[in-house]
Amino acid sequence: MAAMTREETEALIQEVLEVYPEKAKKDREKHLAINDQSLEKANKCITSNRKSLPGVMTIRGCAYAGSKGVVWGPIKDMIHISHGPVGCGQYSRAGRRNYYVGTTGINTFGTMNFTSDFTEKDIVFGGDKKLAKLIDEIEVLFPMNKGISIQSECPIGLIGDDIEAVAKVKNKEHGKTIVPVRCEGFRGVSQSLGHHIANDAIRDWVLEKRDGDDSFPTTPYDVAVIGDYNIGGDAWASRTLLEEMGLRVVAQWSGDGTIAEIEKTPKVKLNLIHCYRSMNYIARHMEEKYSIPWIEYNFFGPTKIAESLRRIAEHFDDTIKEGAERVIARYKADYDAVIAKYKPRLEGKRVMLYIGGLRPRHVIGAYEDLGMEVVGTGYEFGHNDDYDRTIKEMGNATLLYDDVTGYEFEEFVKKVQPDLVGSGVKEKYIFQKMGVPFRQMHSWDYSGPYHGYDGFAIFARDMDMTINNPCWKSFKAPWKTEAASEPVKAVA
Amino acid sequence: MLTLLFFALENPMPSVMLRKREDGKLLFYVAKKDLEETIETIEFDSPEKWGGEVVLGDGSKYYFEPMEPAPKIPLTLQAKRL
Ligand code: SF4
Repeated sequence: MAAMTREETEALIQEVLEVYPEKAKKDREKHLAINDQSLEKANKCITSNRKSLPGVMTIRGCAYAGSKGVVWGPIKDMIHISHGPVGCGQYSRAGRRNYYVGTTGINTFGTMNFTSDFTEKDIVFGGDKKLAKLIDEIEVLFPMNKGISIQSECPIGLIGDDIEAVAKVKNKEHGKTIVPVRCEGFRGVSQSLGHHIANDAIRDWVLEKRDGDDSFPTTPYDVAVIGDYNIGGDAWASRTLLEEMGLRVVAQWSGDGTIAEIEKTPKVKLNLIHCYRSMNYIARHMEEKYSIPWIEYNFFGPTKIAESLRRIAEHFDDTIKEGAERVIARYKADYDAVIAKYKPRLEGKRVMLYIGGLRPRHVIGAYEDLGMEVVGTGYEFGHNDDYDRTIKEMGNATLLYDDVTGYEFEEFVKKVQPDLVGSGVKEKYIFQKMGVPFRQMHSWDYSGPYHGYDGFAIFARDMDMTINNPCWKSFKAPWKTEAASEPVKAVA
Repeated sequence: MLTLLFFALENPMPSVMLRKREDGKLLFYVAKKDLEETIETIEFDSPEKWGGEVVLGDGSKYYFEPMEPAPKIPLTLQAKRL
């Protein structure tokens, strides 16, 4: 199928909207748009970060998911208590594949689930006593933890527990950082507010810990990697490139990160932001308070990696600038080989994406490096500033869909007929059953890393083995294929 | 939610984070409103005096209480919507 024109895209959106009742149609219309590269600002064409329409299937999560699952969860040497009923933590446990080194249960706790397991009694009489007891038990059972965060689930805010008071008392008693986080699931319209609340909690309870303490020896090349959650090892694949060009990575936020790294971050010279959506808040705060500049970068695919390495090097002296060129040159043979191998197999393939808050725009370059084209993209919980950054990355007249509903996404895919859909696990089986090749782009479908030059090779291989998998040809039952449907001649 | 939204949209004194973009332009960011815009003109923009009426990239106007001398940016300030 050739690229769609503006009119065709417009007609498609109208057709999909047709089934909605008048009011719902008016609401959803604002979230569906046709990309127009000439626009500077996305708010001219698309509305985002609004409450999902009741009655439709949304793919969003809650504020607790944004705080516990995304921002705090990967800090490996802290224990994160899912405070409230058992389900929220248990059903999201270890699903995100943020890798870390350490001995789980001894000095790291990433894949474990700690919960106060609220029952009716705790809702009626309050759970503060239980929380205090839980913290004491943690100190006995897991003495090597470096701190505790209390991740509030919905009931905590509803029954008015005072987790801040408990945190303060227990902090005095045990001498460890204990952070109460008010990330109850009902706050905000998606997990996005959870990111913001989590950032604010880091700012208020952790970041100042080493203010005025200069015992940490610094260098002019100190940076922090912010907003890389080490999905399948992403942060490691990024970190090696930065170190090879001569920088010193002081902290990883928060994939494979520790609380000590977070406390040391205000000492760095530059903050490097990968996931802008979930951690721009803390970067802005550090810029204001500690005068640390920050830049966004993109480590998906060789084109964007080279661009980013050079942009990062701009902030340092010539040794780093040379370092960046050296790194790009060193991996050139590798990524050229990857492109030579996979581009012929993937060239011209069309992709539709629907992911969280960063990848809908960040992975576009990696697909383009393989000769593929992204014909539709959208964010679960992006804001205006994310769409601002997306307009220039996407082709003209391509589809943009914000907080897309299950129905809309299916219809779009049926009509646009992409060669690949990249979205989350809830969408995966629907599209696979429809016979559309699918990659799970949140946790890389049990693969990864996809960041960095090493990650690009894996990315290319995964896309190839998904799109060119022979299974898609066997999708139709043999008696339903065209050849078989020819009238069978009567046997003489 | 509606009231919250209303508040976020209509709060006449938003708290604004100011920062310099790489190209030197000032950015005007209101987290609550999810607004990130460039500042196109400032009424007073000298080392001695800074502030007054500002016009953003989208044409909207805000007012900062003039400050003497000019403050160090990045900085969070209250602005008045005009
Ligand atoms: S919305 Fe509330 S109950 Fe549901 S997962 Fe989030 S915190 Fe738990």
